Amino acid sequence: METKIRGRAIFILVVVVACILGIIGLPKNVQELKDNVHNRIHLGLDLSGGTNQILQVQVEDAVNITAGEALERLKDELKAKNIPYADIQSDDDKTQSPPIHRILIKGIPQERSSDLQALATDQFSDWDLVRVPGDVTARELVLKVSAAASIRDQALVQARETIRRRIDALGVAEPTIAEYGQQGDYELVVQLPGVDDPTRVRDIMQSTALLELKLVQDGPYPTREAALAAHGGVLPPDTQLLSGSTGETGNESWYVLNRIAAVTGRDLSGAEPSHDQAGRPSVNFTLNRDGAQRFGRVTGANINKLLAIVLDNRVYSAPVINGQITDRGEITGGNFTPQSANDLALVLRSGALPASIKPLSEEVVGPSLGADSIRHGIVASIVGLLAVMGFMFVYYRGSGVNANVALALNLLILVAVLASFGATLTLPGIAGVILTVGMGVDSNVLIFERIREELRLGKAVGAAVAAGFEQAFRTIIDTHVTTVVSAAILFAFGTGPIRGFAVTLTIGLIANLFTSVFVSRVIFDFLLTRREKGVALSI
Amino acid sequence: MEFFHEPKIDWMGIKWYFISLSLALALTGIVSMIVHHGLVYGIDFRGGTLVYVKFAESPRVDALRHELDKQSLRNATIQPYGPASDHAVIVGLDLQTTASSNALDTGKQAIVSSLSDLYGKGPEGKTDFNNASPQTVADHLTADDPLGVGPKGLDAATKTYRDLADAMVTYRNAPPRSGLLADLNDLRNVPGVTPAVISTLTKDFYLASYAITNTKIVGPKVGSDLRRQALYVTLAGLGAMMIYIWFRFELIYGVAAVVATFHDVIITLGFFSLLNKEITLTVIAALLTLVGYSMNDTIVVFDRIRENVHANKREDFTKLVDRSINQTLSRTILTSGLTFLAVLSLFLFGGEVIHGFAFCLVVGVIIGTYSSIFIASPIVVYFYQRLAKGTVSQRVKVA
Repeated sequence: METKIRGRAIFILVVVVACILGIIGLPKNVQELKDNVHNRIHLGLDLSGGTNQILQVQVEDAVNITAGEALERLKDELKAKNIPYADIQSDDDKTQSPPIHRILIKGIPQERSSDLQALATDQFSDWDLVRVPGDVTARELVLKVSAAASIRDQALVQARETIRRRIDALGVAEPTIAEYGQQGDYELVVQLPGVDDPTRVRDIMQSTALLELKLVQDGPYPTREAALAAHGGVLPPDTQLLSGSTGETGNESWYVLNRIAAVTGRDLSGAEPSHDQAGRPSVNFTLNRDGAQRFGRVTGANINKLLAIVLDNRVYSAPVINGQITDRGEITGGNFTPQSANDLALVLRSGALPASIKPLSEEVVGPSLGADSIRHGIVASIVGLLAVMGFMFVYYRGSGVNANVALALNLLILVAVLASFGATLTLPGIAGVILTVGMGVDSNVLIFERIREELRLGKAVGAAVAAGFEQAFRTIIDTHVTTVVSAAILFAFGTGPIRGFAVTLTIGLIANLFTSVFVSRVIFDFLLTRREKGVALSI
Repeated sequence: MEFFHEPKIDWMGIKWYFISLSLALALTGIVSMIVHHGLVYGIDFRGGTLVYVKFAESPRVDALRHELDKQSLRNATIQPYGPASDHAVIVGLDLQTTASSNALDTGKQAIVSSLSDLYGKGPEGKTDFNNASPQTVADHLTADDPLGVGPKGLDAATKTYRDLADAMVTYRNAPPRSGLLADLNDLRNVPGVTPAVISTLTKDFYLASYAITNTKIVGPKVGSDLRRQALYVTLAGLGAMMIYIWFRFELIYGVAAVVATFHDVIITLGFFSLLNKEITLTVIAALLTLVGYSMNDTIVVFDRIRENVHANKREDFTKLVDRSINQTLSRTILTSGLTFLAVLSLFLFGGEVIHGFAFCLVVGVIIGTYSSIFIASPIVVYFYQRLAKGTVSQRVKVA
């Protein structure tokens, strides 16, 4: 008996030492101790302060871009293969969710339809070529559902990576960027601890930074109406109307542009903040080889025309093409400050987002509220703990001390597990700790009440203790399982703070099985071996 | 010490008084939910904007309300937050239907501009220290280099000023200032701050008489998603537990426990409706905890009933249930008392953020304990009484 108890006591001691080391490590001085604790206990955003944003990636943008490119490619290929056609236009069905993307081709001669079929099979493997009811000369290319889905999924992954690169470039410590919500929601949660000034970060994160260089068909016009009037109220096909304050006066001007860009941000190889000829901040960019070739072709063929530099659908400037330009350009205008030019270069370098980003929610927790919450949480924990421990001591005396030792160990294990798994402590998490105190002591109450009952039945002290633990154990298992089940469901459902609560409650209750059943029993057994015969148990 | 020495209370005899009380409470709650306020959903579920503002002096609530009204914002509310001496308020706005879908923070911008209209903008070109992040402060210091650490290299200088900025912002955020500094010279109390640092700060910064400490903006989609999820998760929680109890005991025990727990949830929600308290995300977490706790409590009684049934098959079932409740009464009262102490401490000292959560548990612990005795147990007794009289069909008995 004695050796068995000694073995168990040593095991408990090892656990205690491991827990303490898990929390504080092996510090050489007080500062190191503080640092260790600080590094190991991760505070959630509600305690550390910071921003928490939920963003939705508008993945349909990416599908639209692919469909637009396919349309242009199809025109080129038909031309190259000498297949005549009357008209090609996109014919998307946006009433469906998700939308269905279609390209309608009219006026294909009967004898060439097999060539079109061959072209579609060969070059447009993501599309199905189908007949159009009621028009034998028309065909429709329909983007395969699986292909559209994979574009959407890729857009989400790309958006996440791009946002991560931008956040990293900003130097935010320990950011969390993860998918959120359900499959098909295309949502991201972005948590930035310590950032309580979200406007700049938000701009950097959410600016699509879609740089497009587009040929100007005509313009500038002073108003939208004037631009439309110049075309009889209807824009020519494949053009679009965009505006920007491009003039020296800063007035808004409207341009009719080619819908398809000559080059886009995807063709960039670099971007740096710089200054224009007048000494105002600007951004210089360089193009990769492929982009430079295309840009050279377009600029060479359109000398003396205007080229619009469009960023996120705003015209920043529209300089005249003086000669063939190949591999570099400059973004001026746009009232840059040194900081905004710097930020624009940063987002251009990190790549454009494949789709625009729509913010769904934003939360900023100021550092003072976080600090306030920590203080409140600590006070509430200590008061709760002292109240419970005090009561246990008064009610059960000697055994109450036993329960309190178990409770203290329970909390120690809880904190150590949180520290070693890198779990995050949130304010609801602290509430979980307090609840662990209240509910954890339940196991000891169950056991002690049972021991008292057994003693009342006239059993000897040793037998009563053994019976008490044995009978109560079944109940303890049942109560723990139900609580852990509810915590698991909370974890699956919840986000951030709620998860923190579910995690602490679960760890606390599992540790409680060890402390209230195993540790308490060892303490009892130890006391029983020391006890002189006939002395009553202090319970 | 012992509160109850072998109590012999005839619980099933007095059950009707308590069931009536439960019905009355549940009905009051339900009527309140339908007629009175309904359930007040928090911003998590409803969507909208909350901006926490702390003022140096008592906030000019009426003037601020007037200023907000000028911007024709929908349902702007201004509530005091925390003790009056904190001079803090929460400005709330419902979802702005007029705002374009991409401008999530339209409401926030409107509040910010109302505040700056009311309290005046700072001097041109200066940054507000009370709303500045450590990074902003550090950037200004690094640019000005008041400590002359530049020659040690950029990394060393950046680190020095970053640490100093952290210390100053921490000082600003600590009570009694709690985020609002009245005089930049007070920063002399921060170790490492020299007069040169103060003069850099005075050159670049001013102090606004208010600080926006927190904001929360929830768009319509997030809110409606959460409402749906909260309902599912509560039902899933109840369902999972019923299955567990069915598996460990018998189906009727599971049903009884779920009915009792449902009763707890309804009554607790009734209290929220009556007292006009908001249902927030953390309240849902508390409700689910309450579900777990109430089940816990019910299981302890059921466990004893099962044990006694095995030990003594002949005993009248009603008497046996009474005896089981009496045997576990001491534990029931102690545990709920201790849990109550813990959550009460959370309620009293846990601060404003956790208030709804703690309130839910303070009410829930009492109701959850009571329902094990007066709701769950009578259902099981009723079922077996009917079974004994043969009015319950054989089919149910098999199930």
